[in-house]
Amino acid sequence: MFDDPAREPLLRVEGLKMHFPIYRGVFRRRAGEVRAVDDLSFEITAGETLGLVGESGCGKSTTGRAILRLYEPTAGSIRLEGREIATLEGGALRAIRPEMQMIFQDPQASLNPRMTVGSIIAEPLDEHGRLSRSARRARVMALMDAVGLNRSFVNRYPHEFSGGQRQRIGIARALALNPKFIVCDEPIAALDVSIQAQVVNLLEDLQDRLGLTYLFISHDLSMVRHIADRVAVMYLGRLAEIGPTQALFARPLHPYTEALISAVPSPDPDAEAGRKRIILKGDVPSPAKPPAGCVFHTRCPKVFDRCRKEVPQLLDKGDGRRVACHLHDDSVVHVREDVAEPGAAI
Amino acid sequence: MLTYTLRRLLFAIPTLLVISFIIFALLDLSPGDPTANLPMTIPPEVREKIRESLGLGQPFHIRYLLWMQQFFINEPLNLLEKWTGWTIGDGNRLRVISWQTRSPVVDLIVQRLPQTLWVVGLAYLIGVLIAIPLGVISAYRQYSWIDQFATLFSMIGFSVPTFFTGLALIVIFSVKLQWLPTIYDTNLRVTDAHTFWLQIKQMIMPVSVLALYNAAQISRYMRAAMLDNLSQDYVRTARAKGMSERSVLLVHVLRNSLIPVVTVIALGVPTIFGGAIITEQIFRVNGLGQLLISGIQSADMPLVQTLTFIFAVLIVFFNLIADVLYGILDPRIRYD
Repeated sequence: MFDDPAREPLLRVEGLKMHFPIYRGVFRRRAGEVRAVDDLSFEITAGETLGLVGESGCGKSTTGRAILRLYEPTAGSIRLEGREIATLEGGALRAIRPEMQMIFQDPQASLNPRMTVGSIIAEPLDEHGRLSRSARRARVMALMDAVGLNRSFVNRYPHEFSGGQRQRIGIARALALNPKFIVCDEPIAALDVSIQAQVVNLLEDLQDRLGLTYLFISHDLSMVRHIADRVAVMYLGRLAEIGPTQALFARPLHPYTEALISAVPSPDPDAEAGRKRIILKGDVPSPAKPPAGCVFHTRCPKVFDRCRKEVPQLLDKGDGRRVACHLHDDSVVHVREDVAEPGAAI
Repeated sequence: MLTYTLRRLLFAIPTLLVISFIIFALLDLSPGDPTANLPMTIPPEVREKIRESLGLGQPFHIRYLLWMQQFFINEPLNLLEKWTGWTIGDGNRLRVISWQTRSPVVDLIVQRLPQTLWVVGLAYLIGVLIAIPLGVISAYRQYSWIDQFATLFSMIGFSVPTFFTGLALIVIFSVKLQWLPTIYDTNLRVTDAHTFWLQIKQMIMPVSVLALYNAAQISRYMRAAMLDNLSQDYVRTARAKGMSERSVLLVHVLRNSLIPVVTVIALGVPTIFGGAIITEQIFRVNGLGQLLISGIQSADMPLVQTLTFIFAVLIVFFNLIADVLYGILDPRIRYD
């Protein structure tokens, strides 16, 4: 089914914006907004894993949460299996929740400390379905088996587990309602390296068995390279580049992607010795006051005039690769230079 | 948990002994004179005789040990006899006698306790029942008008003393409108609907004065605990599970937020028994607070000593209850 290009992707995000208002002063007047996610568009096909990478604070997690409607998106459209979910409210939104779930970054904080593992996993079953007592128990046990948790742990509390086990609880909980789409929000960032491998293997295994689709948010590029079919690179709330994993890692198009990939250490000592790091100067600008033009122009080693004025659009570079960078806009660069308005930035 | 409770109870014994000694020593050092309220015409020699008859002639340690014997042995035995109808020994034990009224202190307390429990206890209960929903709503709708109102309400409850709110209510509802009586009538027996209504009417003002004060305090704790939990990750998990907002709030957030609040509520229970000295005075509720203040005024040392010590026992006991509750409510906390 991956070969059918006409098929509607499982998830299609278009022009997603998530702006958080900033209130200041005695009367809490609206003083501005943090543009955590600004005009994001991508799609995920059923059964694939899209890796979402970027620095801390670039809006990766916000994107994941906005897609799952844990936030109220400012603008844009989110279509899950062709159904618009960006504007759903209340009961209709809750009804669609079983389709999409999230695995959270902090497995300790994301589990209610006063509920046993069994009731954490069973709670959504009661909310969204009618199961008899024994069927519910059987389902909980099956889920615990699926994620490799001992059945006898069912009456224990989250604090009695190790980090890796807690993340397994989080995964079992997410799987309880047979979701099609799972946002993995840095699911391994809080775990030991040895445990990271176990959890990632579990996620891959579950994907194969249950036909899951993942949005895998991470700042660990080597892990994303391992697990993702395609990778999207975010910078300051915007998409810098998106493309198939192999091609993107082999030949990054965006200067930011290039810098990120150059920072990944290589396990091969010879390659590691010859690795040239591109070190970005300066800090990430505040998303409350993003720079005009290309948001990356303040730190880009290949910056030129046009970058400071004009917001780059995502350009299709073939083979499923798209990049938002004026460097690759060879066709129109000279034609449009004289007409480009300096204040065209959003 | 059981061994922990038993250990705590054992530790409470030396604590309470020390407390009883400190109270006794402080009262002994205080300059009050039990004969000071007697008529001026009584000659000094007679006054001295009266003091001796009260046992004041004996040295400090004898008086302390005597009180201990009366309080820890004689009074419990006496209570046991009363409840069970048994006869233990000759039944002719020396009890803790109030100097002011010449009747046993424990009997006085038994007489005064119902009024205090009704008025102060009910006020505490109502205060809690107002505070919890108020705290929940004002945290859930932080900075909304209802939150602003709740903040104003608790600031008033906190900062305006009960003697002011009490008098203000009396001026409005008793003097101007003449709806409610100013004085709490202890002799009123509730026998039918009419006397029940009278009882309600005389309780409204003292109860609301105290409830305002209690609700003000507890609602702040509730709000803070709710705000603390509302921003936790597990709340987001619950929403992601697709739980209804109602069960996110009531099952997940409220239950976790109640852990510290229940402790605060449990720690506040001894203050009910302590009575509300000022409020009881204003509305003439002859409860324990009123008993204590009249005992202090007339230097009635056995009464003050016994009452204060009972408060100390309750405080130690409810501290233990609060800790045990904490352990029951929060699975992360394990004693032993």
